[in-house]
Amino acid sequence: MAEDFVIEMLHITKEFPGIKANDDITLQLRKGEVHALLGENGAGKSTLMSVLFGLYQPEEGKILKNGKEVAIRNPNDANALGIGMVHQHFKLVECFSVLDNIILGVEPNKLGFLQKAEARKKVVALSEKYGLRVDPDALISDISVGMQQRVEILKMLYRDNEILIFDEPTAVLTPQEIDELMEIMRGFKKEGKSILFITHKLNEIMAVADRCTVLRKGKYMGTVDIKDTTKEELSRMMVGRDVQLQVDKKPAHPGDVVLDVEGVTIHNDQRKKDSVKDVTFQVHAGEIVCLAGIEGNGQTELVYGLTGLEKLSGGKITLDGKDITRESIRQRSKDGMSHIPEDRHKHGLVLDYSLENNMVLQRYWQPEFQKGGFIQSDKVREYSDKLIAQYDVRSGQGSSTIVRSMSGGNQQKAIIAREIDKDPKLLVAVQPTRGLDVGAIEYIHRQIVAQRDKGKAVLLVSLELDEVMNLSDRILVMYEGEIVGEFDPKTTTVQELGLYMAGARKQGKESK
Amino acid sequence: MNKKKLSHSNLNSSITSVLAALLCIVIGMAVGFLVLLAINPAHAWGDGFVRIIKGGFHDAPYGVGKELANAAPLIMTGLSVAFAFKTGLFNIGAAGQYTLGAYGALYCAIMLKMPWYVCLIVATILGGIWGAIPGFFKAYFNINEVITSIMFNWIGLYLVNELIYQNGTGPMYDVRNTRTLNLSKNAEYAQSIIPDFGLNKMFQTNSTTIAIFLAAAVAILIWVILNKTTFGYELKAVGLNKSAARYAGINEKKNIILSMAIAGALAGFGAGLYYLSNVSQWNPLNSTSLPAMGFNGISVALLASSNPIGTIFSAIFISHISVGGSFLSTKYYPTEISDLISGIIIYLCAFSMLFRGKIHSMLFKNADKTNVNAEPAPAKTETKKEGK
Repeated sequence: MAEDFVIEMLHITKEFPGIKANDDITLQLRKGEVHALLGENGAGKSTLMSVLFGLYQPEEGKILKNGKEVAIRNPNDANALGIGMVHQHFKLVECFSVLDNIILGVEPNKLGFLQKAEARKKVVALSEKYGLRVDPDALISDISVGMQQRVEILKMLYRDNEILIFDEPTAVLTPQEIDELMEIMRGFKKEGKSILFITHKLNEIMAVADRCTVLRKGKYMGTVDIKDTTKEELSRMMVGRDVQLQVDKKPAHPGDVVLDVEGVTIHNDQRKKDSVKDVTFQVHAGEIVCLAGIEGNGQTELVYGLTGLEKLSGGKITLDGKDITRESIRQRSKDGMSHIPEDRHKHGLVLDYSLENNMVLQRYWQPEFQKGGFIQSDKVREYSDKLIAQYDVRSGQGSSTIVRSMSGGNQQKAIIAREIDKDPKLLVAVQPTRGLDVGAIEYIHRQIVAQRDKGKAVLLVSLELDEVMNLSDRILVMYEGEIVGEFDPKTTTVQELGLYMAGARKQGKESK
Repeated sequence: MNKKKLSHSNLNSSITSVLAALLCIVIGMAVGFLVLLAINPAHAWGDGFVRIIKGGFHDAPYGVGKELANAAPLIMTGLSVAFAFKTGLFNIGAAGQYTLGAYGALYCAIMLKMPWYVCLIVATILGGIWGAIPGFFKAYFNINEVITSIMFNWIGLYLVNELIYQNGTGPMYDVRNTRTLNLSKNAEYAQSIIPDFGLNKMFQTNSTTIAIFLAAAVAILIWVILNKTTFGYELKAVGLNKSAARYAGINEKKNIILSMAIAGALAGFGAGLYYLSNVSQWNPLNSTSLPAMGFNGISVALLASSNPIGTIFSAIFISHISVGGSFLSTKYYPTEISDLISGIIIYLCAFSMLFRGKIHSMLFKNADKTNVNAEPAPAKTETKKEGK
């Protein structure tokens, strides 16, 4: 052994019916390094990690721990080898305390009676050592997402894991929290723990990783030293072609007011509080206004209110001079509102319908597609084929593909095609690139800018600050249901936005 | 080219469904045979199994006529359940809707002496109302339709029994037979009986009417509504994804109520077909069991994978083995044995999804591989560009 590898996955091949998810992939993790695993969706990152955790048995290849071959048949084997993971979606019991969650599965006991005092000491010590600042007695349901993530981290530390895997850990964090997480990772490194960092965000890799392994479509593209590479090179390795990381857009020429929101308030009956409080803003033709904020600060509800999915408890919405406050969803759609919904599986698509049926989801009732209540299936097919060609939506069987079988990126493209082709006056796009890979993101961003340049008003809701900074002409930050600041992306910084998003600062009520 | 592909894949899935249903039937029959063997091995084959398989043909043409007369309402209750399934609802209340339909039909026939088609329409409307009420609760208060429709089954049964019986003094009640008045015994009810166009003569029965053709026609109509109209598009969208339907501006509350009302109407129509063909009369003293027709509808729908056209065939099949069961000699077997066999078949239908998957992958292994995985099919141009 020339080098000191703590875990080696050598020439792993894992096949599923019809697809090689991992094709001869090698990943070598050094002791005390932060190793990034980079790849688009469907590149095989999750499969590779599932192999490491014993959830899948590879057809070929072997796994070495400290130079010795090991067999990992199930997650318990992986745990025994000191491998721990923070999943993208946390695996926590909401109504348990932090401490209870940490010891869950390895409860210290004497004759079946819990011995929490010991566990507590260990948790507090670990928390201090790495600066995690977690209160062991708080309930999970009461703490922030960032804190919940730290509980997941503590779970690994409590089990004395040496190899820590982070699966897309920054997706749910504010810029400040991301910085803190990076600091925590560096702390682990100093202690000699090895970190595998799964992500598709290049900035974070550049900031914290030592080396990076890149996968593309199940194949191994290589491992590079971060100090010898650039973001552009990494993205080229990941996508297979040059990618424009910066959106190319001309200055905006805002026209008349298209969307006028006045004092909108929405009451949440379940939580018994207002999730949107007296929000007022305008979106003009030919500009992209972005609602930024951390998840759960009322953006979702505000969009529901605008699109008619939820009733307002106060305020007024005007679309192109017409009061639509009490209009139905269908009527708003007729009046020129398009909506790319946040949750494409819940709202955006009928997954068990064919692609063509989904393409007309907003228009099947129009005279173009029906005659006397009978759907003109040839017209629908024709239209769907046109959109598929125009927006490059890829699927197994074209228009007759069941949408459930399509990849997330292509599902999203189908929604975008449908909503843009309606030729709306206002396009409401909520996290249009969530969970998509770089290539698809680039495409969708270009479409949105093109809509703006055609003189449409665009309201973009995004949690990704890069996207916010890149795309918008004006930024509104939402915190706890209120708009706490309005910014010009050219003159503000991510850090400044972060402070407003976290509620640390607030502008006066001068924003319109 | 694309059109061909579509019909091809549709055809594949229908073939698969039919084969899965047939597989359920074959295995169910085999298990049923084992049960016959267990009860009475000496007579299991000739006096047992063969008679069930022969169904109505054991005593043709009478048995066949009886089979068809029973199949007609079964198609309707099957359609009722299948239609609700297609729109994402479980209509376990077909029995209650059927009960109300029976009352409507008999009231119009006996009390008002109306022509048969009017009686049928009234039966349909009453069934529809009985379905719409649970639909309303589901739509506006999100109360599970299964619970409400089960309660409405019993409410309907007691209500109808009471309306007919009235302590034995009800004008529709015939004390001697402890049932409602027999429509064919009295010439003044003749206009209320569904015409038979010689079918009774052909089958040597007195209850084989054109009901079976009416039921089949309705099944086809329902298929057209579900697959060809914007109304069907909406109903199915609501069934498959209520949130997305709402997002698309479909009034999902209205659709839920409508779809339960239609399901109820279908069951009510079925009751009309049964009682206006005078297959039997209503017994208001039976207060412990709901009409079996309602629950058998669930079996019919399951066996047909909720396909409206499929319900025609699965209803005839269920009716076939039930009639077969009734020809079993009670010396050797209880008549319920056919219910047991159809029960086993239906139970296997729960596995039919599994069968369907297996059959599909066996038959069409190569046909739609691309569909199996959620990965995007890489476009040809791109692979070329990469030029490995």
